Amino acid sequence: MRPVYMISGGITKFAKAHPEKDFRLMVKEAYDAALQDVPDLSKDMIDGGVGSYFSDHFTRQLKAASMAQDYLGLCPKPSKRVEGGGATGGLCFQSAWEAIASGRMHCCVAFGFETMSRVNTWKGNEFIALASDTNFDFPVGGFYSGYYAMMVNRHMHEFGTTVEQMAMVSVKNHLNALYNPYAQKAKRLTVKQVRESPMVANPLTMEDICTMSDGAAVCILADETIAEQVCDRPVHITGIGSGSDAMRMADRPHGKVPLLPHEQESDYARLKYPGVHSFRAGRMAAKLAYEMAGIRNPLEELSFVELHDAYTSSEIQTYEDLGLCKYGEGGGFIEKGIPFMPGIEYGLPLPDQGRFPVNPSGGLLACGHPVGATGLMQAVFAFWQLQGTIEKHLGSSALQLRDPRRGLIHSHAGTGTYITVSILERT
Amino acid sequence: MKHSETTGKPVEKRQETNLPEGAPLIIQDHYEIDYRHSYAQDSPFFVGLSQGRLLGSRCTGCRYMYATPRAHCMECGAPTTWEALPPTGRVHTFTVCYYGGESFLKETPFLLVLVEFAQVNTLFLSRLKGIPLEEVQIGLPIRPQFSDTPTFKVTDVWFEPIDHS
Repeated sequence: MRPVYMISGGITKFAKAHPEKDFRLMVKEAYDAALQDVPDLSKDMIDGGVGSYFSDHFTRQLKAASMAQDYLGLCPKPSKRVEGGGATGGLCFQSAWEAIASGRMHCCVAFGFETMSRVNTWKGNEFIALASDTNFDFPVGGFYSGYYAMMVNRHMHEFGTTVEQMAMVSVKNHLNALYNPYAQKAKRLTVKQVRESPMVANPLTMEDICTMSDGAAVCILADETIAEQVCDRPVHITGIGSGSDAMRMADRPHGKVPLLPHEQESDYARLKYPGVHSFRAGRMAAKLAYEMAGIRNPLEELSFVELHDAYTSSEIQTYEDLGLCKYGEGGGFIEKGIPFMPGIEYGLPLPDQGRFPVNPSGGLLACGHPVGATGLMQAVFAFWQLQGTIEKHLGSSALQLRDPRRGLIHSHAGTGTYITVSILERT
Repeated sequence: MKHSETTGKPVEKRQETNLPEGAPLIIQDHYEIDYRHSYAQDSPFFVGLSQGRLLGSRCTGCRYMYATPRAHCMECGAPTTWEALPPTGRVHTFTVCYYGGESFLKETPFLLVLVEFAQVNTLFLSRLKGIPLEEVQIGLPIRPQFSDTPTFKVTDVWFEPIDHS
């Protein structure tokens, strides 16, 4: 496999609704923003594109990626659509990586979008729930927040995770986003406010759950020759992993934990895994990506993570899947302050604040979750972080980590049915 | 005044559309469909519900037992056979949904449970009824109840606590 680099990225502002722009124009905006940062990249150097959007129901336009491809002026170059629920963007990123790594392309544009504002929130929830088994799951209550609430209730039962620990994730991500002008829902919250916001599915409140969005994001990936030619500070993609699990949560087996290099079987002697409290696909994705990137202890060898926090609970679950802490220790991980940003005042006692920032951008909870764009949005934020260009792109250096060397992005579908992990490194 | 060429009647002035300058034009576009949904190889499960029977499936190869049926085993790939689930189970986990997808909003708040059965390897998603919302807990013994007027949906079965029913 050939080395693959990310050479540029662009994002639209994520918003509840962009009625003045359709998906083509949003992608075009993100694409033009990405091109602006690599002025020496000419169109004839781009070999093709991969488009991602989640739902034909939301878009109500089949073959929408073809329309984005032609709007960008990339016809007749190769193109395809990648779809994988909430992990659509992460899968799209990895598909572009495959095109370069295999030698099929020298430069590939990964673009993603979603327009979720065209239906009301509860119809939107119904569309999303169609990504659960329509024989056995959807008719019972068709509601993803209900599924995630059941998962975290079991996590709380197994490990003693608390709703206050979950609320701390909400406080962190919404507050980080105050420094991210692309974010949809930045604000200063308290743990009490998170708990007192309307209950959606016990124990998840409105402030524990990400919102629907309109938005687009673009990543441009290239081989070494083009990266050196057009980009001052390309970022090397050194690890790719993905995993899957049974569509129905009810079908998750009870077996052993696939161990990471820094874990031992005795750590989980009594744990029935994954049950409904953990994401086996996320563990598999992390394990494969770490193996490719040569990572043996993620907490020591990574500088930060941008992960798929559709729910505060799933951020805590994901700390464990990624091996940032052991299974069962996710609640304590946030409570100690480890995943908060350094140098920002959150109004909480955080003894280990800033030791390992997770979702410096504000994540899905605050940025929004325009599904097909989300995984690519994470890549763009991670790219800027590693390039050291956060201030240039966000207008403030508050979210710029000092000397980050290696970052991880994590994209997640369904109740954990597809999950991708990609590792990005500063060159 | 203009007159119609066909009817000779005066033509009313074209109605002014009252849109702010430069605003996007948004129309309401209704659509609905009747979808022919086949339960295919899962059909006997739904027929079973209409007869008051809750069927799981057991692998003919490795004997893995599924609470939510499937025609082939995820573990070894062999075909499964239909087998009745135990008459009682327990709450493996639960939630109270105060919101839901649009078509479920009118039913809120409702209780979702994943049901575990002894000697069965997987779980079953259902509604729990007949109990105050705040009294549900993990481990609660429950049993299935069946609709007298089946609609051939998975909601033809739900669960109730053993002590309360």
